[in-house]
Amino acid sequence: MSTKELRAKKFANGVRTRVLEYIIQNNGGYMSQACSSAEIFACLFGGIMNLEPVAGPLIPEPFSGVPSDHNKNYVPGYYFNGAHKRYADRFILSPTHYSLVLYAALIEAGRLEEKSMSQFNKDGSTLEQIGAEHSPGMEVMTGSLGQGLSQAVGMALARRSKGETGKTWLIMSDGEFQIGMVWEAFQFMNHYKMDTVGIFVDVNRQQCDGAVNSVMQLGPLGDKLRDFGAEVVKVDGHDIEALYKAAETPHKEKPLVVLCDTDPMRGVPELMINRGKLHYLRMRNEADKERFQLELDKLKGAK
Amino acid sequence: MEILSQVHSKRLEEYGYENRNFVVLTADLTDSCEATHFKGKFRERFYTCGIAEQNMLSLAGGLARDGIIPFIHTFAVFIYRRAYDQIAMSVAYPNVPVKMFGFLPGIMTPGGASHQAIEDIAVMRSLPNMTILEAGDATDVESMFDLVYDIPGPVYVRALRGEIPRLFDKNDPIKLDTPRIISQGNDLLIFSSGICTEEAIRAVSILKKSGLSVCHVHISTLKPFNNPVIEELLNIPKYGVITVENHTVIGGLGTIIAEKMVEYGVAKKLVKLGLQDTFSHGASKRHLMKYHRFDAAAIIEEAEKLSGKKFGISENDLAGVRIEAVHSDAKPEGL
Repeated sequence: MSTKELRAKKFANGVRTRVLEYIIQNNGGYMSQACSSAEIFACLFGGIMNLEPVAGPLIPEPFSGVPSDHNKNYVPGYYFNGAHKRYADRFILSPTHYSLVLYAALIEAGRLEEKSMSQFNKDGSTLEQIGAEHSPGMEVMTGSLGQGLSQAVGMALARRSKGETGKTWLIMSDGEFQIGMVWEAFQFMNHYKMDTVGIFVDVNRQQCDGAVNSVMQLGPLGDKLRDFGAEVVKVDGHDIEALYKAAETPHKEKPLVVLCDTDPMRGVPELMINRGKLHYLRMRNEADKERFQLELDKLKGAK
Repeated sequence: MEILSQVHSKRLEEYGYENRNFVVLTADLTDSCEATHFKGKFRERFYTCGIAEQNMLSLAGGLARDGIIPFIHTFAVFIYRRAYDQIAMSVAYPNVPVKMFGFLPGIMTPGGASHQAIEDIAVMRSLPNMTILEAGDATDVESMFDLVYDIPGPVYVRALRGEIPRLFDKNDPIKLDTPRIISQGNDLLIFSSGICTEEAIRAVSILKKSGLSVCHVHISTLKPFNNPVIEELLNIPKYGVITVENHTVIGGLGTIIAEKMVEYGVAKKLVKLGLQDTFSHGASKRHLMKYHRFDAAAIIEEAEKLSGKKFGISENDLAGVRIEAVHSDAKPEGL
């Protein structure tokens, strides 16, 4: 196993561990998202993205109000991903329900202090369960699903017109491809031959109501995206080498889409008891907690 | 009265030369929103988004975040109805400078209910960080560009196209949250906005001849609405206040004035002319203003009711002052 691979595996394991640890403490949270996307985050933050160093304190300030002309204290969350530079990449988390995964990834990447997690989901903190653009690692407002891509395209378009070279990377969820405006954004990228956008899709086949195809069938996602002008690569979303390699795929005059086939129970097989509804994991009783504590011990052992 | 045509189009093109930092976005209504000349001159600063307003609005938010100011051009109705969540979360929340030019506000389109933006002020006014402007004449349209550009956050404009009268001096530019006081008087106070101002000017000129002392104020900023002169004005009229707007009377100018009257403790009658909580249908602007009672005749009727006087003004008298778009090259508004 290469050093890169070892590092990414450790990163991903750390993400799952931190997320599960929190969920047991809190009696609930978004677990399957961490299971499916841990390696994607590990590769993006571990080497694929060209990010500047953190441009502010490693422990986030308390919530300082929403953006407005009157709020001069507003602190955006993107500084954890580094300052905006012409050559630097950007990261946009489109399904904000992965916020806890993002915070855990920032800790693994050394971009957020470990003890910041004590602020998670606490009143007056920016480490919200479904983050806003003031939350660590968040660049834009994306809680309303589907808007992340279009905003990213707008940013990428502005940067292209100014001659900036940095790319814009997104993590999207497969469920988001049910949304009309997502396809509108692909239409636009195709029309304007945009090739500075790269999208990793966590194809975990899960959404709030259950399995994606039981809620609304996506059909052949790869073919559909190709028809909309994207360069599409399909990979095992837990295969580090494959993820890194996918990011290198040439995509001249096209956006790059990496469809990551993932397992929403990866690393936490006890989730099988919730199979069919994996969106949110609830600790219903002490027995649940004990079962998942065993899983946590295993994850910690694997470190 | 001077009638001008393609005022927005000319100013947009001119502004393209004056200011290099904005781009124009359209959604399949480029010609209908007078952006064709700009497109011809500044092709690299023009983006056609297709009939896809949701992407257009979120994308505009992204552009604005990275320092390129988008001037959205489409029909008013398609901005806020088709992409409200995108405006709220990708534009208004981050308070980014996206400038939305919404054409054919209210009943100005014969396209019927699907094309008529009748509650846009109500909807957009409730969004934090939003500025709302409405043009009433050619001077408003021409002088609005600098104002719109300089506001640091998002702006929604009820824009005018086609044949537009010049009601205000060319050298008297629109100013943020600054009402234009067209005439002074202490019997009655009339607030008008947009295309209704021309109607109110006609009505007021006749009312004044009939001996009623009328204060007439043109409102071009619907939000923010904090100018202290409003309190002074509200305290003057003997008989009450009339608002007249090309919008539903819920949530627009009438509501704004009602809120201010309560806030300032002004206990006077208020008559709100405009669409009375109803959708409309496809017909000419002239017909619909009459049908829905927000034309000069309706203003005079309400002035009579409030003052308890009868002025015996006939349709003919009104026709006498009515300066219809009889300009030689006036064309009917198309879709």
